[in-house]
Amino acid sequence: MKFFPLIWASLWRKKARTLLTLLSIVVAFLLFGMLQGVNSAINRGVELANVDRLITINKLSLTEPLPISYLNQIRAVPGVEGVAYATWFGSYYQEPQQFVFGSPVDPELYLPLVPELEISDEAVNKLKQTRTGAVVGQALMDKYSWSVGDRIPIQSSIWTKSSDGTSNWEFDIVGTYTVPSDVNQEQGFLFNHTYFDEARAFGNGTVGWYLIRVGDPTQAAQVAQAVDALFANSPAETKTQSEKEFSQSFIKQFGDINFIVTAILGAVFFTLLFLTGNTMMQSVRERVPELAVLKTLGFTDSTVTVFVVIESLLLCLFAAVIGLGLSSLAFPAMKDVIGEASLPTDVIIAGLLAAILLALIIALIPAWRTLRLSIVDALAGR
Amino acid sequence: MSDALVSLRGVTKSYTRGKETVQVLEALDLDIAQGDFLALMGPSGSGKTTLLNIIGGLDKPSGGEIKVNGERIDTLSSGKLAKWRADHVGFVFQFYNLLPVLSAQRNVELPLLLTKLSASKRKEHAQVALDIVGLKDRAKHKPNELSGGQAQRVAIARALVGDPTLLVCDEPTGDLDRATADEILTLLQELNRTHGKTIIMVTHDPKAAEYATHTLHLDKGRLVESAEAAG
Repeated sequence: MKFFPLIWASLWRKKARTLLTLLSIVVAFLLFGMLQGVNSAINRGVELANVDRLITINKLSLTEPLPISYLNQIRAVPGVEGVAYATWFGSYYQEPQQFVFGSPVDPELYLPLVPELEISDEAVNKLKQTRTGAVVGQALMDKYSWSVGDRIPIQSSIWTKSSDGTSNWEFDIVGTYTVPSDVNQEQGFLFNHTYFDEARAFGNGTVGWYLIRVGDPTQAAQVAQAVDALFANSPAETKTQSEKEFSQSFIKQFGDINFIVTAILGAVFFTLLFLTGNTMMQSVRERVPELAVLKTLGFTDSTVTVFVVIESLLLCLFAAVIGLGLSSLAFPAMKDVIGEASLPTDVIIAGLLAAILLALIIALIPAWRTLRLSIVDALAGR
Repeated sequence: MSDALVSLRGVTKSYTRGKETVQVLEALDLDIAQGDFLALMGPSGSGKTTLLNIIGGLDKPSGGEIKVNGERIDTLSSGKLAKWRADHVGFVFQFYNLLPVLSAQRNVELPLLLTKLSASKRKEHAQVALDIVGLKDRAKHKPNELSGGQAQRVAIARALVGDPTLLVCDEPTGDLDRATADEILTLLQELNRTHGKTIIMVTHDPKAAEYATHTLHLDKGRLVESAEAAG
């Protein structure tokens, strides 16, 4: 600790340069925190996927429907404990940017398969009794200040109504649900498939996907094979995956987010390495006589070298803490885009480790030069 | 066996520059007594600074042996030599070589960072050293806020603070005007006379050499003449 004032003062020898270098590292770690945080938030859905649930979609694409007649055939497959179906509604509220996840389901089939979704019996009964009824996630209720009993207008980017040819749908809120394990799942609503199927202008008698619960998760692969075998060579062949695989492939529709994040951060840190490394080398080059004086006074080669490394560590860690701190503050502001999210601890740890690695790489050449610095040559200006 | 504080026997030093070997010091024998104030003079390239660097443990001789206070320093490893310098030598340079980012007080405290002294003790010692050189009131000033003479006084305080065996001064007045140079030389003389410090000073300036108790002349790496100073 007694050396800290010396190291700190040396770091700020050229204030403007250090500040600019610090800012560039702060921005890099702000980007790191935000991108990794978003990536982590997206992947969290995958991690929360249930191991005893399978998803059956059309083998061609998730957007291709499956006949509703598959329901009973799937139910008859050994190992299947329950089957439900759902469809992608592609809904938004007032503006296309205000996307809400809506899905028509059969409440009696669907709700028992999603126990993480907490809903009162009263709300379930009302949903069954009300043709245009909808149960809405608590977070979505709060977001638009909706109340039970409200009639809400929802637009679908996919489904038009046979009655008027428009994509304007109306639902009566009959209850709410919560998902304590993942509040982001509260950003949606469920409504009656019967109403949807009767009212839609096309696609009647089809569903988007089937949700299957297997009795024994270790038999999930065999059940999936058996389901797909049932519909092999049919006009609508199926692809059955675990919920986790499904979530991963769903996310990949938007691109390989992991790869994109890694590529962007790789480019940023690679550039930063050269930028900061060059600055650090320049800083040490300018201080050659001062480093030589320290050695003259009795500081050993290794001590002075450690000073240079600590300087680099201080710079990078200080900047990383600020950058990650700013990114954690940015998450609440991005709530509308990525839902409820905060900077995960593993991203903070990864960020700090990245800062240490960056600092060590940056310090490598300056530290080597410092270690090899000859007092006599340095003092003579050679 | 000599009882000198510094004893050099057959010290040689050569450098290799490209394919050429330059002989800087040739078989030098020298004894410097405890409490001496020695001026080393000679033309440029005569080997004065090289000799000073070797005595101060900044450089190693190519041959021969050097003892300070009975301890051979030419055989010490780089790390041990650094420790030896911290314990035994105070350095004063022509261009002061203070750290610009630190205050006078912190500059003076630098050598004490290598000791086990507490922060308050380090501060206390630094203040005493600054007081000796007459700069106690400039403790919080940074080097760029000091005149050349004041900066050199701070450098002398830094050299003194660890109570070294030897004070090694390389052209300590080379960057100062006559009046300021005289002040610095008077200060060194006082440190020698009052505090008994052994001082070895390289200088080009015959007037500066007059403050020393002995003067040695070097030419082409050999001692050519020595003289007792009147002062």
